[in-house]
Amino acid sequence: MGFFTDTSVCIGCKACEVACKEWNRLPPDPPFQLTGLSFDNTEQLSASTWRHVAFIEQRKPVREPSGGEQTSDQRWLMASDVCKHCTDAACLDVCPTGSLFRTEFGTVVVQADICNGCGYCVSACPYGVIDKRESDGLAWKCTLCYDRIGEGMVPACAKACPTESIQYGELSELLDRATARVETLQREGVTDARLYGHDPDDGVRGNGAFFLLLDEPEVYGLPPAPMDTTRDLPAMWRHMALAALTVAAGIITAFAAGR
Amino acid sequence: MTTRDRGDGRATAQADHFDSYYGRRILKPPTWEAATIGGYLYLGGLAGASSVFAAGGQLTGRPRLARAGKAAALVGVGLSLAALVEDLGRPARFLHMLRTFKPTSPMSVGSWLLAAYAPLVGVSLFTDVTGRFPLAGRAACYGAAVLGPAVTTYTAVLISDTAVPAWHEGYREMPFLFAGSATATAAGSALIATPAAENGPARRAAVLGTALELAAGRLMRHRMGMVGEAYERGRAGVLMRTGEALALAGAAGAALSGRGGRAAAVLSGAALMAASACIRLGVFSAGVASTQDPRYTVVPQRERLAGRLSKT
Repeated sequence: MGFFTDTSVCIGCKACEVACKEWNRLPPDPPFQLTGLSFDNTEQLSASTWRHVAFIEQRKPVREPSGGEQTSDQRWLMASDVCKHCTDAACLDVCPTGSLFRTEFGTVVVQADICNGCGYCVSACPYGVIDKRESDGLAWKCTLCYDRIGEGMVPACAKACPTESIQYGELSELLDRATARVETLQREGVTDARLYGHDPDDGVRGNGAFFLLLDEPEVYGLPPAPMDTTRDLPAMWRHMALAALTVAAGIITAFAAGR
Repeated sequence: MTTRDRGDGRATAQADHFDSYYGRRILKPPTWEAATIGGYLYLGGLAGASSVFAAGGQLTGRPRLARAGKAAALVGVGLSLAALVEDLGRPARFLHMLRTFKPTSPMSVGSWLLAAYAPLVGVSLFTDVTGRFPLAGRAACYGAAVLGPAVTTYTAVLISDTAVPAWHEGYREMPFLFAGSATATAAGSALIATPAAENGPARRAAVLGTALELAAGRLMRHRMGMVGEAYERGRAGVLMRTGEALALAGAAGAALSGRGGRAAAVLSGAALMAASACIRLGVFSAGVASTQDPRYTVVPQRERLAGRLSKT
């Protein structure tokens, strides 16, 4: 199960952010400040913000559907970001305590009573999603409302979204819907419309949360080609073993050379 | 939307213009403190390589070199465990590490490695100082020397197995950088603690270790492409340059101190230890800096995408 976030219908109302905070009883991100970044005072996903709505003000010609008259030279992009629930989840792989686990819904969840706050998952996440909360020193992120979906309910953010920008369901079904939506937009002249995070051949073998974007991913603060770091781990262990032998060989040489 | 470093002469054409969300970082910076985890990286290296010196000293009849190695190993591993616990916040949290064994988690592997290694180091020094159970002491000393090299290099995998650009991109050379740095710093501590009659191996290891440390570091930064800049700028740049200068001075001093007095050996040893510490902290700072600027995330990924497209 997963999320499809269609940013082309997001109106930036932040109902998802608020619903997530309410349902999961998330504390505020101290200290509150006005960032001056358009209408975005949240800035990014954090240990206590599991949905974040980005506001992007762009100087770009906006045309009427099907390539008609230019109506404006400025456009707005709004997009609700969330944990991607990667198929190859680096956070889960590197967790030394087994606190992060894969649920029966294919999502990735942190168990707070097992987490020891080592912060390894924070540095492993290629999307910069998971973070350590200062007040308790533990790692937190979106659970895809594990408690709600287990009871057959829809995640709080998807439930609260008034425009169906956030859709929850079977991934294959969501992908069909998303592909159809991209085709419609392309046909209407929105040539920049593309899917992000849906591809099972990408660096994390696809996400449990994917997006319809209207520009390059980095414009939204998303990495253009993220990679699961543990993909290179076998090579890392090999280099480490060779380097360890080098230490031994070097010091043995230093002893032997003087004889 | 936001373009940074436009007009920076060093930036490549692609690095010159890139999009980001108001210039905000994409990755989360490591939650680790430079003093605790940066120190942890250094102390693990000191401990692991010192255990190999201890075994060498024991085998070749250099009792003072052996004891110095055992002591340095115990100080190194003891302080590194303390640094780890300090970073976790509570001692009980270290025990969570031993709930499970996960080969996909270098931190899990490292925790078990330390759990096996630390007692061996403790036993080997205890028996050496007290003279009791000499046989067990010798066995522990050799056991620690077998695990020691892995203790010095697993930390390189620990930091490379992350999304941090300046760490991950260097995963091939980082273990060799740590290997050289550990050898040089353990040689440095042996130079400080042992008399001239027994410090020959330490003098030679100082030169070997420093050569490996500097060569691996240079190669790593060169192979990283634009991400290598993170090692040249700001705090990381200062630490790396200071570390390299101290390493050269320390190695030269160690090579020449053969006929010289104790003072020269002690001074070279101190320079080697300081050099390794600077370089480890430099690596740590470069990693943190590379997460703060979205350029280090976006530009290499864009290049990778372009490379993949041109192949198909």
